[in-house]
Amino acid sequence: MSDLITTDLVDLDLTGEDCHQATAALANRLAKQGRVTDVDGFLSDVRAREEQMPTGIEGGIGIPHARSAHVTAPSLAFGRCAGGVDFGAADGPADLVFLIAAPNGDEHMTILASLARRLVHESFKNALRTAPDADAVVTLIEKEVLGR
Amino acid sequence: MKLIAVTSCPTGIAHTYMAAEALEQAAEAAGHEISVETQGAAGATPLTEAQIAEADAVVFAADVDVRDKERFAGKPTVTGSVKRAINDAAGLISEAVDAAGSSDAAPKPAAPTPPPRTHHAALSFGSQLRQWLMTGVSYMIPFVAAGGILIALSFVLGGAEIAAIVDGGTFQSTEYPGVSDLSKLFSEAGFAGVMFKLGATAFEMLVPILAGFIAFGMADRMGIAPGVVGGLIAVAIGAGFLGGLVAGLLAGAVTLGLKQIKVPRGVAGIMPVVVIPLLSVFAVGFLMLVVVGGPIATVQSGLTDWLDGLAGANAVVLGAVLGAMMGFDLGGPVNKVAYLFGTAALASDNLTVMAAVMAAGMVPPLGLALATVIRRKLFTQPERQAGEAAWLLGLSFITEGAIPFAAADPLRVIPSTVVGGAAAGATSMAVGSTLMAPHGGIWVIGLIGSPLGYLLAIVVGTAVTCGVVVAAKYVRRDTGEPAAQAEPTTATQAIAA
Repeated sequence: MSDLITTDLVDLDLTGEDCHQATAALANRLAKQGRVTDVDGFLSDVRAREEQMPTGIEGGIGIPHARSAHVTAPSLAFGRCAGGVDFGAADGPADLVFLIAAPNGDEHMTILASLARRLVHESFKNALRTAPDADAVVTLIEKEVLGR
Repeated sequence: MKLIAVTSCPTGIAHTYMAAEALEQAAEAAGHEISVETQGAAGATPLTEAQIAEADAVVFAADVDVRDKERFAGKPTVTGSVKRAINDAAGLISEAVDAAGSSDAAPKPAAPTPPPRTHHAALSFGSQLRQWLMTGVSYMIPFVAAGGILIALSFVLGGAEIAAIVDGGTFQSTEYPGVSDLSKLFSEAGFAGVMFKLGATAFEMLVPILAGFIAFGMADRMGIAPGVVGGLIAVAIGAGFLGGLVAGLLAGAVTLGLKQIKVPRGVAGIMPVVVIPLLSVFAVGFLMLVVVGGPIATVQSGLTDWLDGLAGANAVVLGAVLGAMMGFDLGGPVNKVAYLFGTAALASDNLTVMAAVMAAGMVPPLGLALATVIRRKLFTQPERQAGEAAWLLGLSFITEGAIPFAAADPLRVIPSTVVGGAAAGATSMAVGSTLMAPHGGIWVIGLIGSPLGYLLAIVVGTAVTCGVVVAAKYVRRDTGEPAAQAEPTTATQAIAA
């Protein structure tokens, strides 16, 4: 299988007026890599999930995500947004945005599960905030999530 | 302490696992063991029977229904959203530890854990019964608190005559017609009248909710309908909260029985939709209305005749008897007989009887509230919360403030309210206090003759109630029954398969 995340899926200067724009920017990166076949279809799946309950959590994290037929490989697109984007967390906007794209079917779910587990670790979040470039982000995530 | 948790979110990709990780971190930080079942897209590794049996408490961090929840029947439970688990895992863990009965209670059973599928038998019948009652009580407490405090505040704002203004009746020789058209309630009875009506409405639901959620604790969702209907009938026949306990247990048992019946596959679909609700509501309603209703009316008229015969007897004895009756069922049929005896005496200008009746009716909530303060450990978290509201309720002569305690542990609490009520009634008679109003509690202190003696009666009754209940609760400790098993939190639901 292809890697969960590559440097092309990292945006250290993510911008967006709201969570939908920020999500769309990251989704376009996934589409460019062929991991998402239909950006609009995928985004509407993500939006449906977001409407069920906002995905922002305290500590500046937004985790838009969906299992969608338009996804070809389990993928993570990561964006760092200095200005912050509101993902509905109680304590304010998110500066770390993780767009998780999961294909239908149950394979590979354990990888996404272990990614999610890392997200509650303060040290992981801090390392992502201070990572100098996209390479460092990819290396960090591979090390923490995939253990390699 | 050993904890278990289930996490579950809508997509099952992210928050389920974040919550699990956060709970694991928080539990470890607090020095507890935890095993988490993540019901997410990666597939759940179910908790083993042994893990469930050993656990002291269960945390549900779920935004969608937890699968196979009946595995956890009888366990102290804390429920929160997935986000709560991620943002405040430490808080959920400490609630779970509280639910398990604080770290010093409940020594772990030394016996090996029971074999799979028999965890219902693992709880003694007594513990299981307390668990069911506690479930009903924890859902009822908000009604007691909201209703009781609204009524108390309406007395403070509108004077004790507000009850007569809204419902009609006589107060201090003035005849009030009552407000029959609710749309005119605000204009005729004012803000206090609205508060009184709202409080009274919340109180009407007290017994139905108690009965409904006792049955829910026993038989899950299917128990609610027969429990609530049975509780409404308990109210209608004047059976009070004891009638509600009967209705709830009856409804739970009937529903559990009906669920056992094996039916052909074709009929199975309509069992939960039509057959079980129909049969359980009918059976419970019939029993409550026809079988329980008659004897209660007989007992009430018998007690009334008996009291009339006592009227010439020693005043202190009469006060003790009336006080004991006030404390016996806290607004139920026996209490009502004593109260009506008091108001009848009031109507014929015998003011000491009404004074004794009200003192005895104020004492049960006050004594229990005091007990929750001086011996916190003897009470569950929901009971302690009920204790906070019970002060105001007791001071306002809202005897129902004691019901959460009595419903959760009737055999220990009712003796204390009976003895405490008797002490208050006898003391009030002995000091010769008088009262010119049928209700109002401390807010009608201006209508009380020899108020200092009256306060003494209330203090004596409160102290006696408190002393007896604390002593009775220690008896439970001595027999070694783990109290913790009956201590769910307010968010708890006990589920029986």
